[in-house]
Amino acid sequence: MAAVEAEGLVKVYRSRKSEVRALDGVDLEVREGTVLGLLGPNGAGKTTTVRILATLLKPNAGSARVAGFDVLREAQSVRKAIGLSGQYAAVDENLTGRENLWMFGRLYHLTSREARVRADELLERFLLDEAADRVAKTYSGGMRRRLDLAAALIGRPRVLFLDEPTTGLDPRGRLGMWDVIRTQVREGATLLLTTQYLEEADELANEIAVVDKGRIIARGTSDQLKSQVGGERIEVVAHEPADLARAAQLIAPGGTATTEEHTRRITIAADGGAAHLVDVVRRLGEAGIRIDDIALRRPTLDDVFLTLTGHAAEELPAEEEAA
Amino acid sequence: MTELQAAVNDGLIMTWRNLKRVPRIPELAIFAILQSIMFVVLFAYVFGGAIPLPGGGSYREYLMPGIYIQTLGFASITTAIAITDDMAKGLIDRFRSLPMARSAVLSGRTVSDVIYNAGILVVLMLSGLAVGWRVHGSVGEFLLAVALMLFFILAMAWIGVLIGLLVPSVEVAQQLGFLILFPLTFVSNAFVPTSTLPSWLRPVAEWNPFSALTAATRDLFGNPNPFTSGFPGDHPFLLSILWTVALIVVFAPLAVWKYRSIDR
Repeated sequence: MAAVEAEGLVKVYRSRKSEVRALDGVDLEVREGTVLGLLGPNGAGKTTTVRILATLLKPNAGSARVAGFDVLREAQSVRKAIGLSGQYAAVDENLTGRENLWMFGRLYHLTSREARVRADELLERFLLDEAADRVAKTYSGGMRRRLDLAAALIGRPRVLFLDEPTTGLDPRGRLGMWDVIRTQVREGATLLLTTQYLEEADELANEIAVVDKGRIIARGTSDQLKSQVGGERIEVVAHEPADLARAAQLIAPGGTATTEEHTRRITIAADGGAAHLVDVVRRLGEAGIRIDDIALRRPTLDDVFLTLTGHAAEELPAEEEAA
Repeated sequence: MTELQAAVNDGLIMTWRNLKRVPRIPELAIFAILQSIMFVVLFAYVFGGAIPLPGGGSYREYLMPGIYIQTLGFASITTAIAITDDMAKGLIDRFRSLPMARSAVLSGRTVSDVIYNAGILVVLMLSGLAVGWRVHGSVGEFLLAVALMLFFILAMAWIGVLIGLLVPSVEVAQQLGFLILFPLTFVSNAFVPTSTLPSWLRPVAEWNPFSALTAATRDLFGNPNPFTSGFPGDHPFLLSILWTVALIVVFAPLAVWKYRSIDR
């Protein structure tokens, strides 16, 4: 059974000067007990999608059901069944961690006792028990996100929405966050997660939907997406711009290399991993072509985007960022 | 839980949450009180000597009710800032994603602001007593004056909620609040008798809700109240009630409507 299903979601933000079509017909489905990663750059429409599914925003067209309830007509039933943890950690910074969780528990209509017990349980699980009685203002970024996630879980939601749970966190904070999310996933949570990082979607999601300009442009498992993108690649930065064409021909005889003049960068698909890298170095060395850099690289969101859309992820106009 | 129970329960939790922050950011209350005390000092000791009251009486006794009403008026800025801050930090979004009563965010805000400002009022009245303000009316009249002021805070809180929902940032809330409240509180009888104003400005000051409230509380406290004749001068209590009810009837539904349309 689908825990989340959306059909033809359209959202247009109008201001005096412009009209931004943030969502342009989004369809998606998250099956019970699975994790869907919504992958896309800033302004692609990820947050707008989550806001509609979490009943915070009304779509201009389309419909969605969450946990079996219509987000427009049965919004209050949807709210009972979901937990939302946003991009901007929305906890009350003047309350302690414990007070925050108690308050959110009470607002899910747990009794005061239930809310207290549940808060203790989550504080311990998310390694916040020592900081539990400090105001959230004093928390680190990672602690705040964990508290935010705990707040989303306090009502034992059937469907969890995480909007960019690790954006802005340092690597350690990110790993800590992944850990707690993975625990949720193992316990069978149904999760819709948005992220700008392919690595993150890869790490946490069963299925990935790629969003661009308000549309889902691809979906599949991370392996399926990667095979579409072409797996690992080798990047060579030539020292002399004049050598670019010759080098490209040398290391990718079929003419399959992508060459970027201004960065002097040549990118080819790496089918043989490290051995292929050694081979490329050898060929360039024998031909006497000087290189500044060479690397074996896993596909990133940029590569997915380049392959699927022909434009890089960050090329979007700045005004769409807000949407 | 019935809808009504949920509305009461959730409203109380939001009230608890709002009041919890008062001792945690003591600067807010301290500055609100200091600002009012600065006005007391300024008018009681600096300008006051130059302001003769028609019909005589103590200027300080005349001044204090004006200070109370001014302070309660400026409290709407605090309300606006709190709402804008919650919006900007994503807390309102979090609350809107919860199965809580839809009314609770705003009811909790306005109720907690009435309680908070009642506290501020107590501190101000004590400072008033220190500079020579006295209550000459009966206990009943005193309580009636306090009730009227609490009712007025509620109206100001609803105005603050609407401003808070309309403006994009805390800074704008602050600026806009001052822009609206400065003329309202100064073009009134709070600091000077309206009879000293030019004739074109006098009706504005006399019909100003701040003047009505100030005059009504002066009457109830038994403080000097040299109000000119005409309806506002003859019926300040009635006019205060009418104004306060009118402000709530206009601004509360507007604020609720604005809050409900955040999802557009």
